[in-house]
Amino acid sequence: MNINLRDPKKIMKLSKLGCFHQSKLSFLRSFLKEFKDWKYNRDLFNLDIDGYGVAVYSFSKNKRIYSLICFANKIDDDERSDRVIATKWDAAFTLYDGIPSKKDLDRLSNNVPKQEVGRMSYKELTLSRANKSMRIFNHVVECLANGKQPDKEKLAEVGYLYRTTAVYGSGKFGLADRFRVKNRNEIFGPFRLEMMLVYLVRQFTFDQVNHIAKSRNPRGAKELDHDICRNLGIGNSTGLGMAPFIVNHPTLLNNWIEARESVLKKIREIKNVDKKSIDIFKKCLKKSLKNVFSWSSNSEFQKTKITNLIKDLNKFIKFFEESSVFDKEFAFNEVYLWAEKNLNDECIEYIVSMMMEPYDEIVDQYIYKMSSDEERYFNIPTTRTIDHLRKIIEERYSDMLKIDFSKKESNKNFWFISKNKEEPRLANRYLDNGSELEQPLAIARDISKLYKRISNLKNSLKIGRFLIENNDLRHVVRRAFITEKFPYAEIQDNTIGSNLMAIDMLRLKLSYFGAVKFDPRSDKWLRICMFQGAPLPNDLKSFDEYWVYNSLN
Amino acid sequence: MKSFSEIDTIAKRASKAVGFSWGIAEEVGKNIKLLEMFGLPGLKYLNHYFYSGQLNKNQRLTLISTKNISKIPYCPIFSGISFFDQINELENLKNIQIENMSYPLLFLPFLSRASEVIGKKISFKFESNNFLLNFNQSIYSNFINKDILKLANLIEIEFIENINTFNQQDWDNLYKLSTKTFVDESDELKKSAAGAGLTDND
Repeated sequence: MNINLRDPKKIMKLSKLGCFHQSKLSFLRSFLKEFKDWKYNRDLFNLDIDGYGVAVYSFSKNKRIYSLICFANKIDDDERSDRVIATKWDAAFTLYDGIPSKKDLDRLSNNVPKQEVGRMSYKELTLSRANKSMRIFNHVVECLANGKQPDKEKLAEVGYLYRTTAVYGSGKFGLADRFRVKNRNEIFGPFRLEMMLVYLVRQFTFDQVNHIAKSRNPRGAKELDHDICRNLGIGNSTGLGMAPFIVNHPTLLNNWIEARESVLKKIREIKNVDKKSIDIFKKCLKKSLKNVFSWSSNSEFQKTKITNLIKDLNKFIKFFEESSVFDKEFAFNEVYLWAEKNLNDECIEYIVSMMMEPYDEIVDQYIYKMSSDEERYFNIPTTRTIDHLRKIIEERYSDMLKIDFSKKESNKNFWFISKNKEEPRLANRYLDNGSELEQPLAIARDISKLYKRISNLKNSLKIGRFLIENNDLRHVVRRAFITEKFPYAEIQDNTIGSNLMAIDMLRLKLSYFGAVKFDPRSDKWLRICMFQGAPLPNDLKSFDEYWVYNSLN
Repeated sequence: MKSFSEIDTIAKRASKAVGFSWGIAEEVGKNIKLLEMFGLPGLKYLNHYFYSGQLNKNQRLTLISTKNISKIPYCPIFSGISFFDQINELENLKNIQIENMSYPLLFLPFLSRASEVIGKKISFKFESNNFLLNFNQSIYSNFINKDILKLANLIEIEFIENINTFNQQDWDNLYKLSTKTFVDESDELKKSAAGAGLTDND
């Protein structure tokens, strides 16, 4: 049986993309798998009795070493902010390429805590900072210092000791450019270095609470229980800075989505699904319910999503327990078709993620197709004709062409770069200043403009000639030719309309990171958790690859 | 040190800020990064050009021909965009001359990228500066640590046909040496080689 890939015009709608969940393709899961046989070490741990100071952790294999350098700093409560405008954090981190010298540590101690206003070098690969979840951090330290383990229920409310507020890479603030490391096999997949940083930061948070507790009560303090550690992750507060990324990297977006769609297609094409695979699927699904039930949010938008997901999951479990779907040929295709007919997008995409669990042999081959050499597709093929361009737009952008941009609500928002922090932001075109400095992220509007502009032109006119008088639309001409080759490269929605839920863009990207527990704090930022349930570095060699469903919280 | 990614971003944003479209600004970002990667002072030139006040006084070179003459200097960015967009037609011209171009170094990356597109080396000369652009992989040049050249009176571009830099004699001599790494095959081995003993007409 040949199953078609799902239609980009349906999949690439923001409401659909905003329902994606972590899966075996997610970067933090593939990162752990790829690094499980690397040697982990805590190379330096020089903290004072209050837990302030410097620590270094490393992963090494053969001659390659990556070192996480942590700087833990004292800050006042009123200085602690998760917003990108903050200037001080409880801890700041950088991932160093190799073993840092004393001189490097001195240099970095003056720069890493300053984050965006510090300067990194090509020897540093990623940069981040994090704030304590004060109520959890203090509770854990206090309990451990008193010789007790912390209250698991209290921990479950939050799920982490620290949350990061940004993770930077790829040349930002002087960090190493991607080209310097892109040919290293071990970090070929997307965001591997960012994942490594976050994963090692998690270990630092455990070591720090143990250290402070022990300093307070050298004889009576307890170490944080191994299982409790495993069930704590690292939080993250994420805002709009992340949203334009998926518009600005069309071929990368395509490769992420295409990997997921191709894996789904292959699974649906399996004629005889063996018992082992069915068991893994059912086991992961049932175990994962615990995570869904523990997923709390104050956002009405998210609460509705969670309620519907739970309702649909119960419906689905009833279906597969009462029906004989797994006795049929192409069982996962049957499952998928039933889900599409009977469930909401949130649950359909949840089941799609679950369907991947038994199939390493399918998933693994796509993990290595999720990066992109974007520069290769930058040049506009100027010898092509208007006829080609028109056909591409009609085929790939037909839904965008239906949007009426003469209406005010279709143009309500504009994306800009904030002067304060040089970060992307969204504003109301009719209320806020600055729309003349709009970023080129209104793809639907500009594609519509392009389509109108070429409507009366000769089919045979070369693109090179067309551009002479139409360079104002050059950016979307480039995109159209990229989208011709990469069907999942474009969000098939209006990214400036009044109905835009920017949070859907964040959710999409975070699902590929492997984040769980999406907790929107507004329609423009959210909190999430990463690595909750993940093995600790010392346990990596023999970890359960379904760890993500093992969380006790 | 600024990373190439930062250079790309700042050049792109600055280009938009001085009035170029986003599409052209994207090209400039890539170009300045390219120049810097090749060790040429792209960012310095761009900065100087944008603050020189020349941008608004320069004219656009849209359709490029063999000889492009103007009393008003050409803008290297608009000229570069035109050159790059028309490259498949232009290579037939073999030689192109452009008189009066502002900040000619900013024109160079368009040529370098064009060299890759058409698969031919391009020679680029202005004043006493010579550049050989090799398929956007490298640049051979005598341009080292010079002051900013604000205006080139004459630019000469030549498309180099794909010919070798050596003659047959050079090749034959070297080939002869290379044969000294070969081993004579015995008759026995010849018989067992691929296709031996069979006709190949099946």
